[in-house]
Amino acid sequence: MPPSSRDDTFERVVLPHLDAAYNLARWLMRDRESAEDVLQEAMVRALTYFASFKGVNPRAWLLQIVRNTAYGSLALHRGVETVPLAGESDEPIAAELVSADDNPELALLRSREARQVRELIAGLPVELRETLVLREFEEFSYKEIADATQTPIGTVMSRLWRARQLLAQAAAAEGLP
Amino acid sequence: MNRTTEYPAPDCDKVLLVQAELDGELDAAQAAALEAHRATCPICQAAQTQLLRARALVRVEAYETTPDDVRARVMARLRQVAPEPAAAARGTARGRARGWAWLRGPGFGFGLGAACAAAVSLLVLLPGGSDLAEAVVAGHIRALQPGHLEDVASTDQHTVKPWFDGRINFAPPVKDFAAQGFPLKGGRLDYLDDRPVAALVYQRDKHIINLYVWPAAAATPHLAADRTIRGYNVVHWVADGMNFWAVSDVERNQLDDFAALWRMP
Repeated sequence: MPPSSRDDTFERVVLPHLDAAYNLARWLMRDRESAEDVLQEAMVRALTYFASFKGVNPRAWLLQIVRNTAYGSLALHRGVETVPLAGESDEPIAAELVSADDNPELALLRSREARQVRELIAGLPVELRETLVLREFEEFSYKEIADATQTPIGTVMSRLWRARQLLAQAAAAEGLP
Repeated sequence: MNRTTEYPAPDCDKVLLVQAELDGELDAAQAAALEAHRATCPICQAAQTQLLRARALVRVEAYETTPDDVRARVMARLRQVAPEPAAAARGTARGRARGWAWLRGPGFGFGLGAACAAAVSLLVLLPGGSDLAEAVVAGHIRALQPGHLEDVASTDQHTVKPWFDGRINFAPPVKDFAAQGFPLKGGRLDYLDDRPVAALVYQRDKHIINLYVWPAAAATPHLAADRTIRGYNVVHWVADGMNFWAVSDVERNQLDDFAALWRMP
């Protein structure tokens, strides 16, 4: 049984990137519920179109689907406030960081800091946010970001610069280290 | 690179290159040229400081993995919408179409609780399926011992099928696929899942395929995830109220072909 004969299944090619898809949906949508809706819809689309996927970068392909789905959903709910991930202040993210550290005071500080950063990122305009998230969390190359967001590389670079600038300025204003 | 300025351009046109270097987008020559410039450019030095600061901030943020319940609901939804293999195969590579099999697995009726259990490892299949798959493989190996393969040796399905009458309390379907390269060799009784089951023996070139058949508890037809255990390929499906487990050392695609023949209406 040559392993290659089983290498191109949806399970092997696409599903390993579910976390990436979930993260992007979380960052693009305003709350967990709509993020999950987008994730579900995107995964169904991915499954539907998988047969015609010929590319070599399934993660970029999947995230492009997530992004388009999210934008479709945001357009449907135009007028609804789309940004605040902020305000979900008791996110488990904090607990994760706490448990990851032995020093409770430092852990608390870090979790508060993490929440602040999360809120700052969430407060960025969506096109800056997605560019930053794809670069920093997915470690996409500029080219991959350009493909996933259907944006020229020059725009990717200026958005990334703008996003980081805003983030650094906002952090300084909030007294983050 | 095309500079699109939908945001105010940096004060020095090399700032985006400073950023590109930090993002690992410059080759050695470009980085060296930039280094020479940056040594004399306060704007680029300030930009670098700011970029490093932004990066450090973001590093605080942890990557969130998909919660188990979300994953389970996604998997359930995917199973629900997974197209029929025939539809999936249309105009696509066969190997890819075969890849749908796992999804259609336990069927939607299998439900959320079980899907949760399966969420950690997607290849875990069916309640107790893992043990059963092991048992199927063990049965296959046992059957390959000399004299154990068939209780009734016949290439005629009309001989094999009646042989089971009175030996088990159900009538297993028996089909011969000699024309398709999977000739029926015979049948025997075996014991799986705490009950007597029908075992049909097929040959593919020099390889033996054992197909175990017994009534299914749930009538929902489905094709479950297939697996490889100790070098043997296993395919399981449910159709017409029967469990089917096919096991063999033939290549995966051949075993899938065999399963597909069986599943054709």
